Amino acid sequence: MTEGLITMAYLVSGLLFILSLGGLSKQETARKGNIYGILGMTLAIVATFASGEVENFKLLIPLMLAGAVIGALLAKRVEMTSMPELVAILHSFVGLAAVLVGLASFLDPCHGELSGTDQLIHDVEILLGVFIGGVTFTGSVIAFGKLRGSLSGKPLLLPGRHMINLVMLGASIWLGAQFVEQGHDQALISLLMVMGISFFLGVHLIVAIGGADMPVVVSMLNSYSGWAAAAAGFMLKNDLLIITGALVGSSGAILSYIMCKAMNRRLTNVIFGGFGTSGGSAAIASEMEGTITEISADEVAEELRNAKEVMIVPGYGMAVAQAQHVVKDITETLRGKDVNVRFAIHPVAGRLPGHMNVLLAEANVPYDIVFEMDEINDGLPKVDVLLVVGANDIVNPSALEDSSSPIAGMPVIEAWNAKSVVALKRSMAAGYSGVENPLYFKDNTHMLFGDAKDTLSAVFSKLA
Amino acid sequence: MVYRWVRMFHFLKGYLFMILAVPKEILDREHRVAITPGNISTLQKLGYEVQIEAKAGESAAMPDQAYVDQGAVIVNEAEKIWTQADVILKVNPPTMQEAGWIREGATLISFAYPARNEDLLKSLGQRKINWLAMDCVPRISRAQSMDALSSMANVAGYRAVVEASHAFGRFFTGQITAAGKVPPAKVLVIGAGVAGLAAIGAARNMGAIVRAFDTRPAVKEEVKSLGGEFLMLGFDEDGAGSGGYAKVMSKEFIEAEMKLFAEQAEEVDIIITTAMIPGKKSPVLLTKEMVRSMKPGSVIVDLASEGGGNCELTEAGQKKIEHGVTILGYTDLPSRLPAQSSRLYGNNLLKLVQLLGEVKEFSINQEDEVIRGALVLDKGKVSWPPPKVEVSVQPTKPMEKPIHKPVEEKKSVFSPGLMLGGLCILLLALGWKGENEFLDQVTVFVLSCFVGYMVVWNVTPSLHTPLMSVTNAISGIIVIGGMLFVSGSNPWIAGVAIFLATINVAGGFLVTHRMLKMFRKE
Repeated sequence: MTEGLITMAYLVSGLLFILSLGGLSKQETARKGNIYGILGMTLAIVATFASGEVENFKLLIPLMLAGAVIGALLAKRVEMTSMPELVAILHSFVGLAAVLVGLASFLDPCHGELSGTDQLIHDVEILLGVFIGGVTFTGSVIAFGKLRGSLSGKPLLLPGRHMINLVMLGASIWLGAQFVEQGHDQALISLLMVMGISFFLGVHLIVAIGGADMPVVVSMLNSYSGWAAAAAGFMLKNDLLIITGALVGSSGAILSYIMCKAMNRRLTNVIFGGFGTSGGSAAIASEMEGTITEISADEVAEELRNAKEVMIVPGYGMAVAQAQHVVKDITETLRGKDVNVRFAIHPVAGRLPGHMNVLLAEANVPYDIVFEMDEINDGLPKVDVLLVVGANDIVNPSALEDSSSPIAGMPVIEAWNAKSVVALKRSMAAGYSGVENPLYFKDNTHMLFGDAKDTLSAVFSKLA
Repeated sequence: MVYRWVRMFHFLKGYLFMILAVPKEILDREHRVAITPGNISTLQKLGYEVQIEAKAGESAAMPDQAYVDQGAVIVNEAEKIWTQADVILKVNPPTMQEAGWIREGATLISFAYPARNEDLLKSLGQRKINWLAMDCVPRISRAQSMDALSSMANVAGYRAVVEASHAFGRFFTGQITAAGKVPPAKVLVIGAGVAGLAAIGAARNMGAIVRAFDTRPAVKEEVKSLGGEFLMLGFDEDGAGSGGYAKVMSKEFIEAEMKLFAEQAEEVDIIITTAMIPGKKSPVLLTKEMVRSMKPGSVIVDLASEGGGNCELTEAGQKKIEHGVTILGYTDLPSRLPAQSSRLYGNNLLKLVQLLGEVKEFSINQEDEVIRGALVLDKGKVSWPPPKVEVSVQPTKPMEKPIHKPVEEKKSVFSPGLMLGGLCILLLALGWKGENEFLDQVTVFVLSCFVGYMVVWNVTPSLHTPLMSVTNAISGIIVIGGMLFVSGSNPWIAGVAIFLATINVAGGFLVTHRMLKMFRKE
């Protein structure tokens, strides 16, 4: 293949990637979008094979086959509730790959053949690729651990952690400056040190972030993995890598922005400040006045049966309890009885952007009865029964009513406007933000305590 | 059997178990019962041995067997049930005879009406009784679940409409039939408290046109939300008093109000009055003349008849017809819906019993303002009326519309203008120093960022997870980087990169495919 052909093949696969992201904007075109992506990737790999620059097939092909098989198995086996973990670990792979490509690029014999500014630019690109890749790698591994629950979801805040971050950043820059000056062997040591620092920085940044901020973290790491790929593209003077990296990077950045907006927080606040640590003031709301009313599964079934409009607000608790299937059973039974059942999804419900939608889709809930917060808030007063399944902060009225609340100003699903609210909860513990939820004390709210799957199964058996 | 056995250890009473008894209501035309079978299990969980007098729930459609099924014990003789019990739950205050049976030091929870039952207070006082009055539970938000007066008023309001429709010779709802057009009935509800609101809701549901009047403009929203029309006087005076009742209004206000009623009386078919002032005679709102001006066949239901009635012609407890208008002065409306009122009352009682704690730690804690308010006899000492406490207005003020405060618009250093400016400077700086090949790459990079930015904004939030997994897959494009070095001097470093990136590519696309397949439309 001539160089011209390869360049054009890369261009076409870049276009296919753009079409792929564009296709994902709507349900109707989403599957096509995924196929564009697959085509683009295939074309890129085939073109690279055919470029004549790749030889060592004996090593290459088995490795790629092994990777493909493992990837396919992962994709097939993963529980939909564990999607956040899968996404996080895949990010870490990209990060590590970027680090390795950076190293390989440095160790390549061609390195050092350049001169002057070209050499400087190339070195800086390698540094950036390794650094961003390193942060992405360890950060994603930590995020993975937190999402799996093998690491505590609580933010771990070292004393003077902003200082630590700054010092490490400064050290990286200093080492980087050494790196471009030094001869090959010494430079390698500097590069490895930068790599080590970036690994530590990734860990340190992510351990400080709490569990419910994970949607932001995961989309941020998504963005980083894109930038890492783009840096590799610069390093290799490969336009396709640059294009793809930039696409992924901006996609992740936008998702992070959307998630932050849905929590009414700033990105810097999520990344650098755990809840209540930056504000300093007493974050915990005053003790609630009023009583909570419990309700039995029997009565919930009765209420549902007599309702005309039912709204279900799922949260992370639904994913934890794996309750989506019984939720769907209830939905189906009620719809069979001509009850209009709909779902309301808050942008940050769950641990991954759009996680609830995927879970409901997995349980075979049609997506046209699943609505976004903004679409349904105004219609809530017409709802007869609203079921809150394992959600807390996203239905907290103090976000709107109490300007001193730590979650003040966060857009929430205004559940309390429904005629009757049933909140499913394991206990009366406060949500992630540590804020009491006055919703539970409202007159029209009843509590159904217990594991969401068990209680809903009980409700379902009474319904059927 | 077990229970009998346990009874032998009588001395343990009060430590291990207490007997909670529910006698049959013996008042004339009283069909309610204090506790329903559904309440039994909660009482048992608190540690009580529950005894029910035979046939206590029969007229409320709760047969003895239903209680037995829940684990209660049926006791046949009235005297026995009174003498054995540690805690007695009742609807009405006891009769003098019943008061004579009660065991010394026992706790009684029932309606008490202490103002008109002085003899009873004295008699129970001699027996060192603790008497908690359901009608004295303070009307604060914490005690709403124990507010039996509201529960009963709710039932009475509903039943008032049923009685009215029974006495009224026509449909409530308007209809157009082959046999001609039927106009809807017009209902006026005076006083939009709990009973009034229940009446408004019930009458609306039956299809009538409902108007309501209340001296407190605050209830306008609630009337409207039930589908009623709120009549205004064009007069600026708020009648909101304490404890959820309206206060007495000025003379001018009353005149304007009476004029309104006179006008309405000529027009409406049914009037339901609910204006009561606690401890006082009910105000007369409908005069003889107004009744006379009403259409024949009209109905008045006077819920204030016990306090003398809102209508001049009302006779407490009676139905009578004057000038062709049926005037119902029933005082036993809640009892006419016995199953419903028993259930609500039972739940109210239960909440109060729960407040006394489990049997092991049974205590009448006077620090608790709910208990203090309800307690009319404290070990036989009259403790009524309780010291004044601040009570909240009932019905509670409609929640103020929450204002969506974006909480201090945080000035971001990264304002779009600044960012764009910074970007331009950066690009110019690069152009100053850089070389052509590198600048080409920067061009591609910046353009791609913008394309990505434009495209991703359109993605629907429900597809955010598939978006992430697809970007996961395509960021595996870094595999090309590995491929380019795999033939170089360090094939294994590149090899591992290739391996990892391929996992990403395959895993990302396949899991996206799997997810997208699950999304289905109906």
